[in-house]
Amino acid sequence: MLHVSPQSTSAAIAKGEVLLNVENVSLRFGGVKAISDVSFDIRKGEVRAIIGPNGAGKTSMLNCINGFYFPQEGHITYKGVRRQKVRPHEAASSGIARTFQNVALFKGMSTLDNIMTGRLLKMKRGFLWQCLHWGPAQAEEIAHRETVERVIDFLEIQAIRKTPVGRLPYGLQKRVELGRALAAEPELLLLDEPMAGMNLEEKEDMCRFILDVNQQFGTTIALIEHDMGVVMDLSDRVVVLEYGRKIADGTPDVVKADQKVIDAYLGVAH
Amino acid sequence: MSAVTSTAPKPMLSPAMMATVKVLGVFGAIALAIVLLVQSGAMPKGSIGHKVLAAPFIDMWDLPDLLVQTLWEGLVAGVLYALIALGFVLIFKASGVFNFAQGIMVVFSALTLVGSYEIMTQRMGLPTGVAVAILALIVAVATMFVLAWLVERIVLRPLVNQNEIIMLMATVGLTYFLIGFGEYVFGGNPKVMITAELGLPTGNTQFNILGGRVNIQHLDVAAAVIASVMIAGLAFFFQYTRIGRALRAVADSHKAALSVGISLNQIWVIVWFTAGIVALVTGIMWGARSDVSFALEIIALKALPVLILGGFTSVPGAIVGGLIIGIGEKMGEGYWGPLLGGGIETWLAYVIALGFLLFRPQGLFGEKIIERI
Repeated sequence: MLHVSPQSTSAAIAKGEVLLNVENVSLRFGGVKAISDVSFDIRKGEVRAIIGPNGAGKTSMLNCINGFYFPQEGHITYKGVRRQKVRPHEAASSGIARTFQNVALFKGMSTLDNIMTGRLLKMKRGFLWQCLHWGPAQAEEIAHRETVERVIDFLEIQAIRKTPVGRLPYGLQKRVELGRALAAEPELLLLDEPMAGMNLEEKEDMCRFILDVNQQFGTTIALIEHDMGVVMDLSDRVVVLEYGRKIADGTPDVVKADQKVIDAYLGVAH
Repeated sequence: MSAVTSTAPKPMLSPAMMATVKVLGVFGAIALAIVLLVQSGAMPKGSIGHKVLAAPFIDMWDLPDLLVQTLWEGLVAGVLYALIALGFVLIFKASGVFNFAQGIMVVFSALTLVGSYEIMTQRMGLPTGVAVAILALIVAVATMFVLAWLVERIVLRPLVNQNEIIMLMATVGLTYFLIGFGEYVFGGNPKVMITAELGLPTGNTQFNILGGRVNIQHLDVAAAVIASVMIAGLAFFFQYTRIGRALRAVADSHKAALSVGISLNQIWVIVWFTAGIVALVTGIMWGARSDVSFALEIIALKALPVLILGGFTSVPGAIVGGLIIGIGEKMGEGYWGPLLGGGIETWLAYVIALGFLLFRPQGLFGEKIIERI
């Protein structure tokens, strides 16, 4: 396996510069156009929200960025490198981590093991050492375990460390999923509806975590969210999609006042 | 709920121990009942009840050497069943595919080993002996790697995310392809395993114990040792290493595994290659006890009851299941078989498995399926 740490692939990008650039991306499934000709950028260190009504192509957009889908037209430039057909594991090894709309965890494994999988790409000891589980491989395991424990502390989930995640309530599962993404120490974190199905208190916790991740670790975050209050509070800039097209892009205040956005959310006839 | 559990007295034994105690209790009660029936004269000698329930145990008591011999044979068969089942479990865990072709992989790998040895010694004029046998072994291992790679490329990759039944059918297809391909390359005649050339012991030793004789094949000892080491190694590897964790992750959710940077393609090649190596070892061991022929595939199907017993997702389950089936089969054949005219070895395993299905559908160690509603 080729392990490329995110730092070594290209020169570090300073805060405020473009980290990821989406240019004229179109995605079709057979005759259905999920995304048509969308362009926007994500700058280093910002919280970028992608919003829009159901079926606007938000999740498809994230899937293109993280390599689950390959757009038929257009390009995605990440850290100054234009990518053709990047695969999910390649995206992950270049520093993109994500969570899913409907939680995708390893249900049979404990919270700890789930978050440890986030460190898989950082573990480099060879096959033989792994088999011996001794010496350098053991030291490595312990070092990664330490990072994972820090993530667990950060997310305040110490109590469920050993619980199989299948047994946890939904809100906590979402938190574990965030933990797994954080364990990879990503440069770009994609969050697909991190607060869906949560109660007010859980939402507030999640907001706090997202802001802390952004401010303490300087992680760039792209998130999809339906709760407009949350979006306007959290994000630095917002891109609005509707029927696969971009209809607005800018700061929360600008987007809020945009007539097209208001129409889209109120469902005005076209 | 918390109030209830906190006021309830703490159980003295863990649930697993409680279950063991219960099972032992039931067996003890049955044994006691049989002894009482025999002693009270309700079950006279020669009656069906006596033949089924009492006579076999009296035989075991009277001829302990025969019992040891039967147990030993059951143990060896059980370890080998466990090995075959392990091949299934590996692939099922990592890709959710029930690999119907595992049985034919056993035959195919063994045929490759023997066939390439024949080609090297007979057509290429290399000397017979350990060196060439090891060369043939390397060829067989390489072939299993190429097979794993091709399966990933041609079968799994295009079918990713398809229904389980479609994946199963694909492995059925693979089975018939491998049969045809194997016959084309190596011919359909049974071959003799190159046991001695591989450095495996062939003799036997007789022990005089318990007033009788127990005959132990050296090959069986080797088989038991090699299989045990291999099973232990694999179990450890899956539980404690990075790749093992990645494998378990893939088994659980493909999508999530991809998002943390696991390459499905690479994991599948590793898993199928490992299953291929397990098949090769199984092929050598079974091939050495009989011939290397396509009939060996039937033995591989014995893995099914083992899997039902142990659970499709559990490595320890495969081991315990294998031992239960192996020992149960030999004991059944030896002590109860004559009542039915012999030959019950072929189907007894399936009956044991059926009994288990009724009470524990997920197997002894399988993951209990918990679903939130």
